[in-house]
Amino acid sequence: MTDAASDPRGMARVLRAPATWALVALAALLVAGAVGSPGFLSVEMRDGRLYGTPIDILNHGSKVAIVAIGMTLVIATRGVDLSVGAVVAIASAIVATLVSQKGVAWPIAMAGALGAALLAGLWNGSLVTFLRLQPIVATLVLMVAGRGIAQLITDGQIVTVRDPAVAFLGNASLLLLPATVSALAVISALAWLGTRRTAFGLFLEAVGENERAARLSGIPVRPVLLVAYAACGLCAGVAGLIDCAYIRAADANNAGQLLELDAILAVVLGGTALTGGRFSLLGSVIGAMLMQTLTKVLYVFDVSADIAPAPKAAIVLAVCLLQSPTFRAACSRHLESARARLRPGTEARP
Amino acid sequence: MLAARGLRKRFGPVLALDSVDLEIRPGEVLGLMGENGAGKSTLIKCLTGLHRPDAGTIERDGRPITLRSPRDAEALGVSTVHQEVHLIPHATVAENICLGREPRRNWLLGGSIRWRRVRERANAALARLGLALDVRREVSTLPLAIRQLVAIARALDIEARTLILDEPTSSLDRDEVERLFSTLRRLRGEGLGIVVVTHFLDQVYAIADRIAVLRDGRLVGAALAASLPRAELVAMMVGRAIAPAAARASSEAERPRAAALSARGLRRRGALDGVDLDVAAGEAVGLAGLLGSGRSETLRALFGADPIDEGAIEVSGRRHSIRSPGAAMRLGLAFLSEDRRGDGILPSLSVRDNLITALQAQRGILRRVGRREAAALADRLIASLRIKAPSASTPIARLSGGNQQKVLLARWLATDPRVLLLDEPTRGIDIGAKADVLALVASLREKGLAVVFVSSELEELAAACGRVVVLRDRRSVAQLRGADVDPSAMLAAVAAAPEGGARD
Repeated sequence: MTDAASDPRGMARVLRAPATWALVALAALLVAGAVGSPGFLSVEMRDGRLYGTPIDILNHGSKVAIVAIGMTLVIATRGVDLSVGAVVAIASAIVATLVSQKGVAWPIAMAGALGAALLAGLWNGSLVTFLRLQPIVATLVLMVAGRGIAQLITDGQIVTVRDPAVAFLGNASLLLLPATVSALAVISALAWLGTRRTAFGLFLEAVGENERAARLSGIPVRPVLLVAYAACGLCAGVAGLIDCAYIRAADANNAGQLLELDAILAVVLGGTALTGGRFSLLGSVIGAMLMQTLTKVLYVFDVSADIAPAPKAAIVLAVCLLQSPTFRAACSRHLESARARLRPGTEARP
Repeated sequence: MLAARGLRKRFGPVLALDSVDLEIRPGEVLGLMGENGAGKSTLIKCLTGLHRPDAGTIERDGRPITLRSPRDAEALGVSTVHQEVHLIPHATVAENICLGREPRRNWLLGGSIRWRRVRERANAALARLGLALDVRREVSTLPLAIRQLVAIARALDIEARTLILDEPTSSLDRDEVERLFSTLRRLRGEGLGIVVVTHFLDQVYAIADRIAVLRDGRLVGAALAASLPRAELVAMMVGRAIAPAAARASSEAERPRAAALSARGLRRRGALDGVDLDVAAGEAVGLAGLLGSGRSETLRALFGADPIDEGAIEVSGRRHSIRSPGAAMRLGLAFLSEDRRGDGILPSLSVRDNLITALQAQRGILRRVGRREAAALADRLIASLRIKAPSASTPIARLSGGNQQKVLLARWLATDPRVLLLDEPTRGIDIGAKADVLALVASLREKGLAVVFVSSELEELAAACGRVVVLRDRRSVAQLRGADVDPSAMLAAVAAAPEGGARD
């Protein structure tokens, strides 16, 4: 095992790659869906746009995926951001209120919403960086307060949106795909460029692995933390715009409800550990899509919404176990000894 | 009187205590000394019921006693104040003093705590130390020295007859130490037996009536402080005699070459109290001193990891204020911490990523070290430092300690530094890696780097350094050069009395 695991090439490396197991689970679910419903994987072209269950999955999974990308950066630093759901509510409340009630032009309204989301991220980052609050506590503040702020902005009402430009993200298509999927593609590309084409990714990982060592290596730890939380806020802001566009309204009470947990789960499924360090953006996107696919597949098999969480939990547990090196090592030991017993003439290993 | 007779304690293959006999007499302060791993902590833990000795007995007034827990020890009047002050910061002074033994009302009345009685008891305990303090204050609002006294008051609240203090002065400044000592003298006058564990030579002579020395789990000796010369004490601690001829070297600083790094009067609260140091390009300067003398603290201060409160640092002849490791790095400084695990490695990142972090930090976030460049750099460093790793993409945590250390050294060499600050670079690594690291340091020095070298192994210092600065009690007290750089001269300088060796 040791030899195989330290071999940089080959199977062992693939098995260790963070996103592998989420991808395997995703493929298995797609196959299961296709077995249960023959048209599950089919995609067709209508009115210059692609339609079909896979496209639906991408479309509906995008919001969580975008939030999960921001969350990945924060989790890489050994932090967590519980406030993303509340920030979604704030961003959606701002854009809806500005456009529908104040008559502000849509670009300014969107910029305002994103600006507020960025500010929320910087607030979280400041609490963690300068006051040294534990991330879970620091972001809990905004998780609780944020929804109140959103209610204040909408005055406790559900604000409907008629502006077609704001609704565009929710329904229109762009380059054959739903606009939300295009938004996800753009955000993913930006996040990848920002972390992997600069040294930001390495700095994030270093801070998450060992903050003292990172500091002693001359890495600017505080700015790195601040930027991670700010980017996470911004991603939540984009998700807020999508949420508002999709339901053509801002519902301060329900927008982004429990989204923080979905996003954290997507990150973990994607192979980024909550203990910080090495992260995978692609893994987080796959993790988000995996959960969305699971919902669809359970629907195909007529599992009622009430008991759906149980099979979901089972799949999540399975993926997490497969990612664990300890669990895999134990499995391969059992396999080895079983094989040794079956082979005639050789002694079973102790 | 509390006495240990033939105490023995084994942890796995390590014999931590080996037939130790020790008496703690009433009305006496006993200084307990020894280098790291000598068995001081184990001895204290046996005396306070945290460990049960494998053999031997503990006697109270001549009768053998069995201690199963710290509570047993307290019941027998043995009280301990640990190095890290164990107080609850957000509770009041009174609550802390009586914690776990609060006077309560009858159970018929709900067994509630009698707060007024708690405060009275706290006041009484503090008065015994001559300390006037509002017992309703939160402990977190008090300065460290007062917290220490509160911890002692807590220890005395149980009617202690024996008080054990584990490194009570390690985070106190001079005035605070004096205050603590006058309190201890007062308690000694009341007939308490007191044990003080410390690394500071000057302090042990200031407070102790008798000094006991442990080494490798054995009691090497115990003697009245007044009749134990410093040199002999140090020799007992490190297990080597000091040559009587070893002359104290001149403390006059003559500078043969322009200093690459020069420090004057470095001070930092609780860490440094006046350190001077010069190192020229192509020179290796050693820092010698006992544990806690300020060796690591000096390097950390120079590197901006724990910035100085006072003093001046010059790099290449220009004065700089170094407030962060990033700033030090931009001036061409590099620092290898003694704590490889806590301060050095990024455990699950690859050897390659571990190698490039400092270089990348030096270049800034936008000028990324490209994949090909990183690979080439890693290959070159792995080859030239003979780092044994399955590949450059292996997580560093899988490497042996010696190879991890080489990677961390290589991390700094990648930044092309002018000054290397090395804190115990050979600690905990195998002989082969040790020789490699020492050879590397020598070749770097020959290439013109300035090296500051900290090591507990005096032979290593003597071999690696042309000049040695001696630190004692957080100050630089002497300088040895040339033929004087040998282990026994260093020991003599470490042990010298403050009047003789102090530079001020």
